[in-house]
Amino acid sequence: MIEIDKVSKWYGQFQVLTDCTTRIAKGEVVVVCGPSGSGKSTLIKCVNGLEPFQSGSILVDGTSVGAPGTNLPKLRSRVGMVFQHFELFPHLSITENLCLAQIKVLGRNADEAREKGLQLLDRVGLKAHAAKFPGQLSGGQQQRVAIARALAMDPIAMLFDEPTSALDPEMINEVLDVMTQLAAEGMTMMCVTHEMGFARRVAHRVIFMDQGQIVEDAAKDDFFGAPRSERAQQFLSKILQH
Amino acid sequence: MIDLQLVLDNRELLTEGMLYSLQLTAFATLGGIVLGCLLALARLSAFKPLSLLSAAYVNLFRSVPLVLVIFWFYFLIPYFGFQIGPDKSVFITFTLFEAAYFSEIIRAGIQSISRGQLAAAYALGLTYPQTMRYVILPQALRNMLPVMLTQTVVLFQDTSLVTIIGIKDFMGSTSVVASNNGAMTEMYTFAAIAYFCVCFPISMLLKRLHKRIAVIR
Repeated sequence: MIEIDKVSKWYGQFQVLTDCTTRIAKGEVVVVCGPSGSGKSTLIKCVNGLEPFQSGSILVDGTSVGAPGTNLPKLRSRVGMVFQHFELFPHLSITENLCLAQIKVLGRNADEAREKGLQLLDRVGLKAHAAKFPGQLSGGQQQRVAIARALAMDPIAMLFDEPTSALDPEMINEVLDVMTQLAAEGMTMMCVTHEMGFARRVAHRVIFMDQGQIVEDAAKDDFFGAPRSERAQQFLSKILQH
Repeated sequence: MIDLQLVLDNRELLTEGMLYSLQLTAFATLGGIVLGCLLALARLSAFKPLSLLSAAYVNLFRSVPLVLVIFWFYFLIPYFGFQIGPDKSVFITFTLFEAAYFSEIIRAGIQSISRGQLAAAYALGLTYPQTMRYVILPQALRNMLPVMLTQTVVLFQDTSLVTIIGIKDFMGSTSVVASNNGAMTEMYTFAAIAYFCVCFPISMLLKRLHKRIAVIR
């Protein structure tokens, strides 16, 4: 589904990604972790072309992201993305947030889009909030709406860029629950997250990044059982202490 | 101080003058916002020549006095063989001049919207024009509304400058009445009060309007 092959990226002289290679199969849930500044967010943003990269290639369902002729809006409409800071559109109601891209990008009519949106809103447990504006919801609620908004496009895969990092601790679980449910339904997911509990329960594979490189790419049990790299061991010992 | 009888006797001329001033303001505001929007988008474009061209335009107009631009267009356009008369000349002048100011306001407004909003819109598959139209500009316009309206009030006051090329806007009409009747003090005091009566309530009204439509964050 997602094939990342020898991707490198530079900001001027500074190399942020070095030869990153991995594959995510259909239905697979992959967690990307690593210290801050390791390039995990940059890598996930390369997958839907939000960040350009200078060498290597990324194929999403057979379409090359970096190729000059690629219709990026079309490709992005098929890959859902959830951001650290939710990024709901504050000037639109929750319903309008859910409908905008369905109508403008997929060409669905207003009734169809609304029905789909409300159905997904119900699924994330927020149907009662349809008429509100994003600013009236808590962080956790906003993030669940953001997930529903991405799902409304019927994506073939979902990208999560630190979806719980900006949330108060008591709101993290309501978002992780939605993500867990999504994974159980067979959604292909790439998640940048520090939630190791979530990784343990839900992920099939864990990718560990450091200084722009994929240092470890292993099945979940192998990663948490006995990571091969020293750097990953250090990271885990720090993050699992609390 | 004010000769009300004189004002009443010339009410038609003065009303026409006021309408002209308001029309010019409305036209230049709308035209200036549309053109200013395009200039702002050009200025923020990643395509350097477009960005530089827009910057040059804005800097040029912001560096010369409005009076000069009014004169310049009034004499320059006929020089190129277009006989459009003073009325059209000032409508064009004000639109072009105000566009430079509005474009800077709009540019600041667009830049006030976080890059995350842009990313979120793109991630949903919206194209650049759709992202601007449905996500960025609606938020940016709300943020810049107070500054924009202040600019419009300033513009309304600046329209009085068209008097210098003989147009009978409100100021021009007032001058005519004043000199024909030898009532300088009375008429100019009246004009000052009239300008104040238009500008001040608008400022107040807009302040309240802005509170009502401000985005909840």
